Amino acid sequence: MPSQARQRRSTKPAGRGTAEIPKNEAETQPGQANRDERLRAFYRDMVLVRRFEERAARAYTEALIGGYCHLNLGEEAAVVGLMSALRPTDYLFTNYREHGYAIMRGIDPSRVMAELYGRVDGVSKGWGGSMHMFDVTHRLLGGYGIVGGQLPIATGAALAIDYRGGDEIVMCTLGDGTTAIGAFHESLNLAGLWNLPIVYVIINNGLGMGTAVAHSSAEPELYKRGAAYRMESARVDGFDPVTVYEAAEKAISVARGGRPYLLEVVTERLKGHSVVDPAKYRSAEEVERLKGEDPVQHFGAKLLADGVIDEAAIAKVEAEAAAVVADAAAYAEKSPHPEISTLFDYTYATPVPNDSRRLPGQPLFEPEPFPEGSASVTGASA
Amino acid sequence: MTIMTYRQALHETLRAEMLRDDSVFLIGEEIGVFEGSYKITAGLLKEFGEKRVRDTPIAEEGFAGVAIGAAMLGLRPVVEMMTINFSMLALDQIVNHAAKIYGMFGGQASVPLVIRTPGGGGQQLGATHSQNIELFYSFVPGMKVVAPSTPADAKALLLAAIRDNDPVLFLENLALYNTKGEVPDEEVQAEIGRAAITRPGRDLTLIGYSRMAHVAAEVAADLAESEGLDIEVIDLRSLRPLDRGTIIESVKRTHAAVVLEDDWLTYGIGAEVAASISDGAFDYLDAPVRRVAMAEVPLPYSKPLETAALPSRDDVIAAIRQTLRAVGRRTTPAGATQP
Repeated sequence: MPSQARQRRSTKPAGRGTAEIPKNEAETQPGQANRDERLRAFYRDMVLVRRFEERAARAYTEALIGGYCHLNLGEEAAVVGLMSALRPTDYLFTNYREHGYAIMRGIDPSRVMAELYGRVDGVSKGWGGSMHMFDVTHRLLGGYGIVGGQLPIATGAALAIDYRGGDEIVMCTLGDGTTAIGAFHESLNLAGLWNLPIVYVIINNGLGMGTAVAHSSAEPELYKRGAAYRMESARVDGFDPVTVYEAAEKAISVARGGRPYLLEVVTERLKGHSVVDPAKYRSAEEVERLKGEDPVQHFGAKLLADGVIDEAAIAKVEAEAAAVVADAAAYAEKSPHPEISTLFDYTYATPVPNDSRRLPGQPLFEPEPFPEGSASVTGASA
Repeated sequence: MTIMTYRQALHETLRAEMLRDDSVFLIGEEIGVFEGSYKITAGLLKEFGEKRVRDTPIAEEGFAGVAIGAAMLGLRPVVEMMTINFSMLALDQIVNHAAKIYGMFGGQASVPLVIRTPGGGGQQLGATHSQNIELFYSFVPGMKVVAPSTPADAKALLLAAIRDNDPVLFLENLALYNTKGEVPDEEVQAEIGRAAITRPGRDLTLIGYSRMAHVAAEVAADLAESEGLDIEVIDLRSLRPLDRGTIIESVKRTHAAVVLEDDWLTYGIGAEVAASISDGAFDYLDAPVRRVAMAEVPLPYSKPLETAALPSRDDVIAAIRQTLRAVGRRTTPAGATQP
């Protein structure tokens, strides 16, 4: 079975790494200062996603978070690079591994954490949980828990943009395993036929739960699927936020021009499928290899070596992330659970008569008193 | 009032809604160039263009989902599923997504979507093309399901469905497309979630929806004329929400009920209606609630077998007689002389 690392290296034969920053020119070119600031922002964001997910994992093991909990650990460069390339008016549809995306869309991490805790101040008011983050203001139109469910819907959002004539685009992320389902084909075919402004992004972390890409796709170079829909496509190294950002910018410009695009971002999932998955299907060598595949560490070391940040700045980034995450957890814990009286508030957007509002123990109809003069149960047995 | 067919009522209403609101658009297989498998959308592509009448490839899951996404952004798509049998290919999008999005995301986005689709057997189309699986959608909170039986209701419920902000499965029936009736010229919207007493009566409550509401009305009229029976007919019109109140109040007056359905008996819509009567009118019943439903087989192609499997007028009449006999009321079989 080809390892994910080999797949990635094959896409970038020169080895991984941030696009070279000519250090000596940094001080002399005004654009360089901006670029360095962007690199520092990428790093700050990656650290925040990492620390947030670690805190979520802890809260999950403390039973403060219920249900499933899928983390972006190892995918931080992909998350940050992709989200940085979107305009605030663009739409994002994603799957159930989406905490990092929610934060990077600009949603307050405290509200994301509150959703994980199932509280009323969560982004989805406690109705969605880990897999179903949603925020209209920041145009995150869902976290979707059903694999591939978001694809046709995201395609429809792109159709609505086209229908109305706006210049927004839709980004729709999906996992490698999702490329095997029918909705992937149907959606990409429709987007290709109708020239819709959408970028499909395959986050290829090499594993759909425990199934390797080579065992789920007859064409393991997933971006090549674009050819079937005459859709421009590319595969990039998801270990580096700059590479991802640049690839996303290109894909988005194609979409804004009215053609869909398929981008494959090759990443690693550093831990199991979800918090409770010990990932026993991974070999000892694989586990050993992954220790050297940490994009956050790698990017920090790179920036340090290139003189873009120093140790003090790294410590500051860490301290800030720790504070944000601690605040988020405190906020989530303090936020109330939704009131039971709100249970029937979100069945329908347009109220209709005879909508059932019955709790499990309640009868459909209140029992009527026996008519006057008829025998009661006790009367009959007496 | 204008006399028109059920098909014309649907066509006219779609057209009027598209003229009224440019966020309304049609999407589905063969609705444009081919003008619809059952010609409901005939002429609309020519009038409104490809943007408003969007032909799709054969991709039910794909275009149902596309309609959901477009609806989330404020458009009002009306999907045509060629038959309800094919809607099962879109079950994930309809059940796991359309019906969930409003609640699952805490009321932040609604899905103003209509899925029009005909059910119905009796056309010798064999087992996969003759089903009545509206129950699948009626089971799911978040969905609304309506089933008009007359041209007037086709208009009134389609208006309501298109203007509603939730996903509505709009059940049509192959056998009803050519039926005729009076349709008001003005905009009269029906209320989703309300049944209608289409014929008042005191002897027995006969309940149906879609094609079987039509059969119920015919049988009640015939029995009134031939035997003087006074049967109350309820057309459910809305399968979710289900208007239990109207059913219960009727049974409290008549003390007997027969429920008609084109779907299978076990776990069918009629089972829910019968259980509701048991919940709300147990003490008022003078006979067990009877159900008349399709035989529990994959519907055969053979005409005699198909006919035997589908509920007929005679089946309905027999069930009514047996129920009234259980009540203690004498009824006269057609053609028999009174002893």
